[in-house]
Amino acid sequence: MNGWLAAPIILPFSSAAISLLGRRHPLFQSGLAIATAFLHLGLGVWLLYRTHMTGITVLHLGSWQAPYGIALAADHLCALMILITGVVYSAVVVYSRADIRKEILERGYYPLLHILVGGISGAFLTSDLFNLYVWFEVMLMASFALLVMGRTRSQLDGGVKYVAINLLSTLLFLTGLGLIYALSGTLNMAHLHAKLQASSDPGLVAVVSMLFFTAFGIKAGLFPLFFWLPASYHTPPVAVSAIFSGLLTKVGVYAMIRAFTLIFPFVDNGIRELILACAVLTMVIGVVGAASHNEVRRILSFHIISQVGYMVLGLGLFTPLALAGTVFYLLHHIVVKSNLFLISGLIRQWGGSFDLAKAGGLYRFRGIVALLFFIPAFSLAGFPPLSGFWAKLILIKASVDAGYIGLAIAAAVVGLLTLYSMTKIWNEAFWKPAPQTGVNEAAKQMHFSPWMIAPVAAMAALTVFIGICPEPVYQLARAAADELLDPGAYVYTVVGHFP
Amino acid sequence: METVLALLTGFMVAGSVYMMLSKCLVRFIFGLVLASNAVNLLIFAAGRPDTAHPPLIPGGLSQPATVMANSLPQALILTAIVIGFAILVFVFILFFRAYETLGTINTEFMNAAEDLSAEPSPQNEGQQ
Repeated sequence: MNGWLAAPIILPFSSAAISLLGRRHPLFQSGLAIATAFLHLGLGVWLLYRTHMTGITVLHLGSWQAPYGIALAADHLCALMILITGVVYSAVVVYSRADIRKEILERGYYPLLHILVGGISGAFLTSDLFNLYVWFEVMLMASFALLVMGRTRSQLDGGVKYVAINLLSTLLFLTGLGLIYALSGTLNMAHLHAKLQASSDPGLVAVVSMLFFTAFGIKAGLFPLFFWLPASYHTPPVAVSAIFSGLLTKVGVYAMIRAFTLIFPFVDNGIRELILACAVLTMVIGVVGAASHNEVRRILSFHIISQVGYMVLGLGLFTPLALAGTVFYLLHHIVVKSNLFLISGLIRQWGGSFDLAKAGGLYRFRGIVALLFFIPAFSLAGFPPLSGFWAKLILIKASVDAGYIGLAIAAAVVGLLTLYSMTKIWNEAFWKPAPQTGVNEAAKQMHFSPWMIAPVAAMAALTVFIGICPEPVYQLARAAADELLDPGAYVYTVVGHFP
Repeated sequence: METVLALLTGFMVAGSVYMMLSKCLVRFIFGLVLASNAVNLLIFAAGRPDTAHPPLIPGGLSQPATVMANSLPQALILTAIVIGFAILVFVFILFFRAYETLGTINTEFMNAAEDLSAEPSPQNEGQQ
């Protein structure tokens, strides 16, 4: 019996319920959240270990056999995503202890955060399309509420846009799901793999796959569907921005990877080329958008878009190396991007603003923060020997190997432009002397809370670790890619017969 | 039957897109309601509705004797309707709060989050 496979979902939900009982006790809630998050991280490690040692695991919920009931299944990709979710979850709950104000806590910040993580874990684990829709909704509801919790003007405005476009994306997903059911009579992803290959009408399958592409593209922030993202991600508290930036768009990327490896493996109908084109435009437009901004979190929001382009690029290339690059990139990006958002909170606490014009002097007065920013920022831009360098290197090599020299050049140039934005933040917030008016003397005396520094430092250390020994991470990513490219084992484990 | 459902779904989607493209948030909500019902109808039609055979297995048999209607799409729709209701309630409250705070339901004038000169107010962030 593989009942433990549901633990990464059940754990956050039970914590949410318990946390609601202690709404007026911030310390209890925070302690519970930290315990839960680290337990979730531990589960992630164990899940990855089990998956790596014994192969794909499946849990048929309610003992209903696969195509009839809902199945949870963990392969390498899923286990890696659960693990990295645990990392961000832990970092964010520790940071929240110092970052989140009391009113927001009393409005139920922690329960919503737990529900969000429960929804994300569910979306990673499920192998049933309708169940995926339900997890998306759980995740969205929690994220809607977290986004507008502060009830400020900008949050409500950003919230309206975020909610509207995300609901539309969910409706598109539901439409695709209905049509796919009409085509094949099943909703189990592994079963669909077998059924759709034998479909008599490949044209209809292609149309439905485009509905999925649009729906997941909106969630992932793909060009030209990303406009909601920079309109909303800079408005909530820093800890919320960090978990959104790290995980929410990546659930979209994950769903897209699953859809186009398992359900609709690429055939020669131009969809792969379309995905490649979208990926390159996403990379370029995102990085150019970032260059035009002067506020830390807006710059970082545009970089999310640009980086999603890299991940989708790997999916579009569809070689073992490229998919391994995508998985590697996902892992690297989630750690680095969440960390940068957490650091933007430190910059704000120092300068009193996210606006770079008002920041400055951090290098001189708080060298350690400067170092902690330097690591993820230059990793994001792809500097050796940090994690981003390997991620970009794998993808660029995969593009060259697949004969797409243009894509490789675009990926390299976007890396350089990323560096431009990062040096902008570096120059303005860290190197430049503090503006006379902006930072008062009291601020220079203040100390950053260790609750905020510790998660930032831990994630920076993880970035350096992945950078210095990328081999184990690459091996895991490669194992995930091999499973994705040849879903036979996944299909066999879930539905019990080979496709 | 399927033709009628297909046409009806098409009309509903067309109407909902028209409503959602409006600048008025209230119309957007109505468009959203219409769209989610159109999708529900589509899933219903996807189950190949058949009026003649209720999905009941006669006593003494372990499997249906004739071809029967598919009951799964109805379960899916029910789930989608329940989730849709919850989302709708949230959207109504959110838009009402947005109206109270921003003083408008015209999306043209809703730019508080995109205003580059505006600082996020200090109460936006938790500071201790």
